[in-house]
Amino acid sequence: MSEGHSTYTPKTGIERWFDARMPLPRLIYDSFVAYPVPRNLNYMWTFGGILSIMLASQILTGIVLAMHYTSDTNLAFDSVEKIMRDVNSGWLLRYLHSNGASFFFVAVYIHIFRGLFYGSYKAPRELLWILGCIIYLLMMATGFMGYVLPWGQMSFWGATVITGFFSAIPLVGNWIQELLLGGFAVDNPTLNRFFALHYLLPFMIAGVVVLHIWALHVVGQSNPTGIEVKSKTDTVAFTPYATIKDAFGMIVFLFFFAYFVFYLPNYLGHPDNYTVANPLKTPAHIVPEWYFLPFYAILRAITFNIGPINSKLGGVLCMFGAIAMLFLVPWLDTSKVRSAVYRPWYKLFFWLFVADAILLGWLGSQPAEGSYVFMAQMATLFYFAFFLVIMPVLGLIETPRRLPNSITEAVLEKKNKGAGGHPAGAVTAPETKG
Amino acid sequence: MKKILTSLALLGLVVAGTAAIAAEEEHNAAAPTHFPINEPKEMSWSFAGPFGTYDKAQLQRGLKVYKEVCSACHSMNLVAFRTLEGLGYSDAQIKTLAAEYTIHDGPNDAGDMFDRPGKPSDHFPAPFPNEQAAAAANGGAAPPDMSLLAKARGVERGFPRFIFDIFTQYAQGGPDYIHSLLTGYDQTPPAGMVIPEGTHYNPYFLSGVSLKMPKPLSDGQVTYDDGSPQTVDQYARDVSAFLMFVAEPHLEDRKKTGFRVMVFLLLFGALVYMTKRRVWADVAH
Repeated sequence: MSEGHSTYTPKTGIERWFDARMPLPRLIYDSFVAYPVPRNLNYMWTFGGILSIMLASQILTGIVLAMHYTSDTNLAFDSVEKIMRDVNSGWLLRYLHSNGASFFFVAVYIHIFRGLFYGSYKAPRELLWILGCIIYLLMMATGFMGYVLPWGQMSFWGATVITGFFSAIPLVGNWIQELLLGGFAVDNPTLNRFFALHYLLPFMIAGVVVLHIWALHVVGQSNPTGIEVKSKTDTVAFTPYATIKDAFGMIVFLFFFAYFVFYLPNYLGHPDNYTVANPLKTPAHIVPEWYFLPFYAILRAITFNIGPINSKLGGVLCMFGAIAMLFLVPWLDTSKVRSAVYRPWYKLFFWLFVADAILLGWLGSQPAEGSYVFMAQMATLFYFAFFLVIMPVLGLIETPRRLPNSITEAVLEKKNKGAGGHPAGAVTAPETKG
Repeated sequence: MKKILTSLALLGLVVAGTAAIAAEEEHNAAAPTHFPINEPKEMSWSFAGPFGTYDKAQLQRGLKVYKEVCSACHSMNLVAFRTLEGLGYSDAQIKTLAAEYTIHDGPNDAGDMFDRPGKPSDHFPAPFPNEQAAAAANGGAAPPDMSLLAKARGVERGFPRFIFDIFTQYAQGGPDYIHSLLTGYDQTPPAGMVIPEGTHYNPYFLSGVSLKMPKPLSDGQVTYDDGSPQTVDQYARDVSAFLMFVAEPHLEDRKKTGFRVMVFLLLFGALVYMTKRRVWADVAH
């Protein structure tokens, strides 16, 4: 939307000088000031901005932590404790970084669920959605490797279990596992390559984020009605409207983040990770970080062989399949209507899916025994059924509610309902403001 | 209708989950399968909550218990003497305290190792030269290092308590556990329970019916000079608080900074919200 019809006019000599040589000010103006956003975006749309500041915060705290960290199995644990005890504000940096990873995932899950609810993945936003899925995958790799770096018991055993998945792949599995580990077991080479990759991947995330935003600026934002922008009255300028709303969303999010950093910094971690890694002593329950728990539950739910596929490979396939579902969503959803607001049945199943994901997360934290296994199997079944059966079938049989003709009409309808019937004329043209 | 269906489905899940947990918990008292047998008792700690601070007198008593009892077997490798500033000691007091210890240092210019009195920058010396020696002297299990013990121990809270913990800011699982364990000896195991040779029954132990460590504290064992009761319970409280301090020496700093950050975010958030209202005032959305 920034190509072709830029409204930027350089005012000072310096701006004109730049604009003639490298129009960076024009790009910034067109992308973050004049860029039109639908006027009906709710606070669920502030999570893109929240994710950007979380990425920036993770990179900044991470770079400073890396200045004090030592990626040697004999020194890693103590170097983290040195940061916690002796580095100026080291405890703050480290707690910001470890809890920042968790809140990065909190934000990304809300962002993904928002996309699923409002059908943000539908044409022409398939590529935008897939770029987002790639960011999510990179985040998972980064988060997993980052958890290994403090070299506590859960670091070591989590790495052992997760790299072990790859050995289930036929033919090349063992080779991949050894490549990841740099040997036959988690050891010094593993820690060193994980550190190198943990430093590299966030910059790759930043690169894909640029592509994600580029794609977004080509197709424009979706909105709660799911109706495309049709006229100028459907949109407002990014600045000041979206900027100020995003800023408020960020502050509220940072408030919850700070609550954990300062008052419950170890709530989301595991006590065992404050014991140095010991390859000879397996913890009673090996649990990954909370943001992997639903997938961990799916992995362990497959306790039976399916034909030639043994239960281990089956579990690994289901776990990766659960993530792969996300990539396919734009083509699995057959509905012509984007937003769940106008899809009563999809709305119901969406919330059941949210409950299912939370249930899977809880099951992932419990030992895989007794009735937990059966519950995990049922929850896994629903997880896949949601994508593979409910999404395609609902789109064909569901009768959507009446859609408004435009974003402006939807907004005015809501306003008139809410404020007891103000005339539509009371709404001035928003683009003349600010 | 949909809302009702959704809540019914959710309710169903919760009921099924609770039933599953109840089924798990039916077990034989003599052969328990889940540990600890008893959950840790929740104590009241001065460092709990958003304005929590360490009770310096308590930490000093805890240090005394560590020095006179625990340190015979447990190392505290990550803790330097200078950390004890947080207990309210002056530089001179810390120098004197450090000098009570002998530190093996070297090599010197002649290439020899030598012993010297401790300095504030030294860490607490370990009671055993290495883990193998520690294990050999303690029936095959090396006593854990105590630097991080209060953060490295914690009993799973379970649903729904882990949700409430967010609101009550419960972060004292470690000290609660240590206090319960230290006061949990001297109990008679249920009839028929097998206690392995050389171990001691303790229903608060995290990973079994019994542990190698014998009851470490008894009434009157450590002399307090501030008039505090010289009981096992008091010793256990004091040393648990001390271990929380050595595990998290910047806790007070953290909570103080946190309060400023929260107040700032509230005020800033309120201002931004009012600005947002103003900006959007004329735009229906």
